[in-house]
Amino acid sequence: MNITAYIVLSGILFTIGCVGVLTRRNAIVVFMCVELMLNASNLALVAFAKQHGNLDGQIAAFFVMVVAAAEVVVGLAIIMTIFRTRRSASVDDASLLKY
Amino acid sequence: MIALHGGETIPVVDPTSADGVFSLLWLIIALPLAGAAILLIGGKYTDKWGHLLGTALPIGSFVLSVVMFFSLLGRADDDRQVSQHLYTWFEVGHLDVGMDLLYDPLSALFLLLITGVGSLIHVYSIGYMSHDPRRRRFFGYLNLFVSAMLMLVLAENYLGLFLGWEGVGLASYLLISFWQHKPSAAAAGKKAFVINRVGDMGLSLAIMMFFVLFGSTSFTVISENVANASETQVTILGLLLLVGACGKSAQFPLQAWLLDAMEGPTPVSALIHAATMVTAGVYLIVRSNFVFELAPHAQTAVVVVAIISIFWGAWIGCAKDDIKKALAGSTMSQIGYMMLAAGLGVAGYAFAIFHLLMHGFFKANMFLGAGSVMHGMDDDVDMRHYGMVRKAMPITYLTFAMGYLAIIGFPGFSGFWSKDKIIETALADNWLVGLCALLGAGVTGFYMTRMMLMTFFTNKRWEKDVHPHESPSVMTVPLIVLAALSVLGGVLILNDWIVDFLAPVTGVGAHEDPPLPALVISIIAVCVVAVGVALAWVLIGKRDVPREAPQDVSFVTRAGREEVYGNLINDTLVVNPGRHAVAGSLVLDDKVVDGVLTGGPMAVGALATVGRRVQNGYVRSYALSLLAGTLIVVLALLAVNLT
Repeated sequence: MNITAYIVLSGILFTIGCVGVLTRRNAIVVFMCVELMLNASNLALVAFAKQHGNLDGQIAAFFVMVVAAAEVVVGLAIIMTIFRTRRSASVDDASLLKY
Repeated sequence: MIALHGGETIPVVDPTSADGVFSLLWLIIALPLAGAAILLIGGKYTDKWGHLLGTALPIGSFVLSVVMFFSLLGRADDDRQVSQHLYTWFEVGHLDVGMDLLYDPLSALFLLLITGVGSLIHVYSIGYMSHDPRRRRFFGYLNLFVSAMLMLVLAENYLGLFLGWEGVGLASYLLISFWQHKPSAAAAGKKAFVINRVGDMGLSLAIMMFFVLFGSTSFTVISENVANASETQVTILGLLLLVGACGKSAQFPLQAWLLDAMEGPTPVSALIHAATMVTAGVYLIVRSNFVFELAPHAQTAVVVVAIISIFWGAWIGCAKDDIKKALAGSTMSQIGYMMLAAGLGVAGYAFAIFHLLMHGFFKANMFLGAGSVMHGMDDDVDMRHYGMVRKAMPITYLTFAMGYLAIIGFPGFSGFWSKDKIIETALADNWLVGLCALLGAGVTGFYMTRMMLMTFFTNKRWEKDVHPHESPSVMTVPLIVLAALSVLGGVLILNDWIVDFLAPVTGVGAHEDPPLPALVISIIAVCVVAVGVALAWVLIGKRDVPREAPQDVSFVTRAGREEVYGNLINDTLVVNPGRHAVAGSLVLDDKVVDGVLTGGPMAVGALATVGRRVQNGYVRSYALSLLAGTLIVVLALLAVNLT
């Protein structure tokens, strides 16, 4: 089975996520882009698992999903708190921790 | 025997093992040492009876010394060296040092002087220190002083001697600065200690050299083998020993501590000047005769140092108005006589010791007498505030007069015999040296007469509220005993007894006739002294002494009052350069060493100030650098895998 198309799709998704993280200011959007990158890698893992005919990649994808779910919980809570205190969800505004 | 040219021989140290009464030799040191331990450790529990115990123990040592002295007299001439091995002190490599004691005619005489005069000073101190709240501690220190000095003269090797030597230094420090609430006393103690260290350096270097050359520090071994050493080595040894002797005996150029040492209580001055401490240097040179006999150049150095010291001390004695400091100058001068005799070699050793004993009697007498005068004059030491004290203190006056007559060499008194012999020997050796010794005797006559007149004669100058009174008998009895010894001490020279007695240690000299008959020399010496006395009488005795020291005086007097600028010389040559060196090294430490140490962290800090700009607080720039890092890693992996 040829997985090239899947890998290309995965790469495109990852690049979109990556560019999103680097260019967008809204914390929610940045967060969504991070999720996009995680899922791009999930797609690649599942595709490779299919090619090799074993379950290693699929198990790894499950782990990524679980971690991502936990991360979403914590990350959204942090974003909510920052928004409440600072009335802004821009990542550039939360720049107190610096030199 | 070591044979020297000119038919002189000096004996090697070859003792027999101690038996009979001599096996108690260790006890002589142990008694006062035990006293010091009990009084100093026992603290205030011994306050009530401490001074009695502290006096009884040196007297015990004195009794033992007398018994041993007579046992020694009972032995044959060539059997008068006894040694006692107590225990092995330490054993390191080839260095095997035993705690050995040596008892021979030289130590015997020293023991009698130290314990005898020392005990009298202890008795005197009971009265002198009776009002001092720290009297018990004072007696503890006195006992320590005496025991250290006994260790010094009884040791059979140079390390044992050094132990006593350092003990004497410690005890003198403690006693000079006994009244430590006075800053001047504390400073004087430190000064004595530091200057003594300079001398100790010479002695310790000599000891190291003895070990390197002879593999031992024992007198027995060294005296047997010293003839094998080259003359240069022996000369260096002699000069190093001389440096040690100069420090302890307050000889030029290490004399500056002696006058400041007068800050201590007067019995301490008597102990330092008569029985212990300053005599140690003379002892060291006479004891090391086997070194000096082989090193004529070192002997010449001893003579030169001695002559400078004779006049230096006399100069100070002539100008000081402080009775104790004038006496201290006189001590320096008299020790100079002993050093001179010791520097003259085999012919002079016995006379050095003879003068040392006589000086011990009359100088202890005069110091204690001066203490008695101070006691009656409310602790005033300025002779310009005395005058006519003789009426108020007849016993002190009479005993002091005996000491005075002895030191100027009045015919028949002890000092006459001893100084006369030294002048005679010096003249026989070298007319210039002899002339200096003769002249020194005249100056002695001058300054001692000046002191005598200013204190006991001339116009009454004390204040109305000062009531001079005779001291209690516990103080006058030692004075009377010492006065008697000052008068009668000369009997030791009858029939040349002391010369023969010391011959097993100091050797037998080839008889050298002085250029003039002995009687003529004596008459000349007495005449010179008479001139000095007459001069003092004309200058001081015949007119009223002003209560304040006149300021418009000649340079000579001013120099004398300034102790011949000894302190100035020390300050200029040693103290101030030392201070500058310390200040310089402080700057070096602050700027250079600290600069290097703090410079490193400062540089790291500066770098970090630049580097931390990366932490700009923008999440997206972190993400960018994360991406860049990842890309670099991926590209690197690809590059490695594809090639």
